[in-house]
Amino acid sequence: MDTMRERFTTVTTELLEQDPRTALVLADIGAAPFEEAARRHPDRVLNVGIREQLMIGVTGGLALAGMRPIAHTFASFLIERPFEQVKLDLGHQGVGAVLVSALGSYDWPTGGRTHMAPGDVALLDTLPDWTVHVPGHPDEAETLLRHAVADGDSLVYVRLSAHQNAEPQPVEPGRFLTLRQGGRGTVLAVGPMLDAVLAATEGLDLTVLYAASVRPFDGAALRAAGHADVVLVEPYLAGTSNNEAHQALADLPHRVLGLGVPRAEHRHYGTMEEHLRAYGLDAAGLRARITAFIPR
Amino acid sequence: MTTSYAQLPALISRMTGAEKHGPAALSTLDALWVLYDRVLTGTPEDPDRDRFLLSKGHGPMAYYAVLAAKGLLPVEWLDGFGDYDSPLGHHPDRLLIPAAEIGSGSLGHGLPLAVGTALGLRAQGRTAAVWTLIGDAEFDEGSNHEALAYAGALGLERLHAVVIDNSSATHGWAGGIAARFAAHNWSTATVDGHDHQALFEAYTARHPGRPHAVIARVEPKN
Repeated sequence: MDTMRERFTTVTTELLEQDPRTALVLADIGAAPFEEAARRHPDRVLNVGIREQLMIGVTGGLALAGMRPIAHTFASFLIERPFEQVKLDLGHQGVGAVLVSALGSYDWPTGGRTHMAPGDVALLDTLPDWTVHVPGHPDEAETLLRHAVADGDSLVYVRLSAHQNAEPQPVEPGRFLTLRQGGRGTVLAVGPMLDAVLAATEGLDLTVLYAASVRPFDGAALRAAGHADVVLVEPYLAGTSNNEAHQALADLPHRVLGLGVPRAEHRHYGTMEEHLRAYGLDAAGLRARITAFIPR
Repeated sequence: MTTSYAQLPALISRMTGAEKHGPAALSTLDALWVLYDRVLTGTPEDPDRDRFLLSKGHGPMAYYAVLAAKGLLPVEWLDGFGDYDSPLGHHPDRLLIPAAEIGSGSLGHGLPLAVGTALGLRAQGRTAAVWTLIGDAEFDEGSNHEALAYAGALGLERLHAVVIDNSSATHGWAGGIAARFAAHNWSTATVDGHDHQALFEAYTARHPGRPHAVIARVEPKN
């Protein structure tokens, strides 16, 4: 099985071939797999060098000229470093783009804090009109990426990760899937958190929803699950979607527990598995916190 | 509708309320006038129009006056400058002004957007020129340096930058601003920013295979 990022390369290369409106903007990171595409489409595969402010500025300019740009680098350099460009060169200009990140929150622990961006989705939540996809499998990444590029001139963030589930789900943009139905509460697993959530809730009387798209947030699906107790399990900053869940259930008595990556810096290296365990996002850690919140 | 240069002060006074406003009082007025009067072609609806991206969004009165003089925004809009319902803010917003190619205000966004616009037009086989106007103090912003290095390396010929130099950068530009562009393979010209013929000649100078920067020097701000 390929990785989400490898699938991104395959699909984007194909889209560049098929649709003359598409353009890809890179800042050195991830450029090597696109060398052949760059030779075939030198005007539409643009590597600006290690210049992330320019990367987003160029993306905005391409959109102003009528193109459908895709920009790709690590989340920390795609959203955090050029955040004002994301705010002003895209949304404020009234143009769209597809931003595709890699590494996310904890994918490269030996790289440390500089290459971790657990706050990316929370940052985009401060801006209007962003669609956010968090696929949990390369097949889902392909579905969501194709949809994003074809989705008019909308603003779409696709958050790719090396952390993935064993099996793909039949995802639809903007919709949560119901994978299990139970009587005592709802657990929403986002993207790569699904396998750990399914293991953590095995044998518990809980509904399990799955989200590979979190903005817009499918509040109707959360309401339809019919439970007052809700646990959100997200592969980025803990609590990022709490407010969305509260809004969905605003007229009902309810409780929300937001699990995810802690805000505090975690000054350890090691492996992704070690980090997930340390954050309490492995199956055992999740089960302990879910059962403490929703007694069996 | 066209208006003459001599009528610009009257348009500006509709925004300021001041009785008299010499053109020289606005550092960008002459550079903008010559550009819109004699260089840029195409209407706002035309996909092959030349693009002008005002990066230096501060003090946009000269810009609004020139747009109004050229029939690109209604003259009546000038009266409400900065009012709650006015399309004309103290920084321009492209979603409120059809003739404005970008919204600006925060410094250092116009040149990178212009690079992307020039690349997008090139990818579609369009040959329209792309212009942006920045200030010498705005040039402090690092995003400009990312953009000028990349555009120079690409030899992005349809890209043009006008730098209004009123010596307002806090730490100055030792060796001059033009040298920064020239070092990155740009064609450059430095002219008196109030001399219309000199501006025109600098704007229309040939620069095959390279982007072009015109440094328009005006009286120091302080």
